[in-house]
Amino acid sequence: MEISLAAETIGHIGSMPITNSILTSWVATLLLIILGFFAAKNLKNIPRGIQNFFEMVVELLFNMVNSVIDDKEQTKKYFPLLATIFLFIITNNWLGLLPGVGTIGLNEIHHGKEVFIPIFRGGNADLNTTLALAILTVVMVQVFGVLAIGFTKYFSRFINFKGPIDFFVGTLEIVSEFSKMISFSFRLFGNIFAGEVLLTVIAMIVPYVAPLPFYMLEIFVGFIQALVFTMLALVFIKMAITDHAAEQH
Amino acid sequence: MDAESISSLATAGAIALGAIAPAVAIGMIGSKGVEAIGRNPEAAGKVQGPMILAIAFAEAVAIYALVVALIIKFVK
Repeated sequence: MEISLAAETIGHIGSMPITNSILTSWVATLLLIILGFFAAKNLKNIPRGIQNFFEMVVELLFNMVNSVIDDKEQTKKYFPLLATIFLFIITNNWLGLLPGVGTIGLNEIHHGKEVFIPIFRGGNADLNTTLALAILTVVMVQVFGVLAIGFTKYFSRFINFKGPIDFFVGTLEIVSEFSKMISFSFRLFGNIFAGEVLLTVIAMIVPYVAPLPFYMLEIFVGFIQALVFTMLALVFIKMAITDHAAEQH
Repeated sequence: MDAESISSLATAGAIALGAIAPAVAIGMIGSKGVEAIGRNPEAAGKVQGPMILAIAFAEAVAIYALVVALIIKFVK
């Protein structure tokens, strides 16, 4: 049984290595694009089939975002990024559970030892993917904050010379932004990678019937992690776009 | 004790100790959440959202411990 913390390289584009997690992420992206294309083709007023399904998904997500940002106009600004994050993460997580992902691969020789390299691996089981999502989210939160309340007002949250305590709190806020990046990425990576390891170990110990409740758990965890990532990003956006000065009457 | 045995012990200890506090925290969050819903069943929807968020935050700490354990075990 071979478990590798880092995603294995299966090819190169130029000098950039392509890992099996990147391949799975590409499949997830393609899947979402194709589904979206077919859902939006020939839009009807009374939706049927795939358009109906996606309208339900969009409505659920929109209401979830709107429940925190109590303003439909503002929600429309932040909804696309949040819904994309949710759909990408959940598709990636669930694709990683399909039979064949992590099991179909090649036997290669690395450093004189024979290693098994799977062709596909859960997209979020690679710290690079989750770190990219985390950095993207935190940077976009800053961008949304600046767009909503202006550059000086937003950065007065971090660089504040009104007094020694305010300055210290501002420094803490800067550190906290970086810790958000780390916590976002490790939460998602840890959950999904640990899930993969768990399934591998259980399948090795009792291959028949016993993995079923663990697969149920992993489906649930995949959904919850996507939801938590999105909800946290949503809450941080809400905190960034709130104008604190206007609140003090 | 040689390096490999200490490494195995460290892996087990990291996740075992690291999961105690998050488990207690999740239990307390869940119990307070369910108590709140029991007192006011109409507000169940409003209580559920922040409760799930808080549980995910607490679980993240357990995941950090798990990642450390995995790194000790699998990164040579």
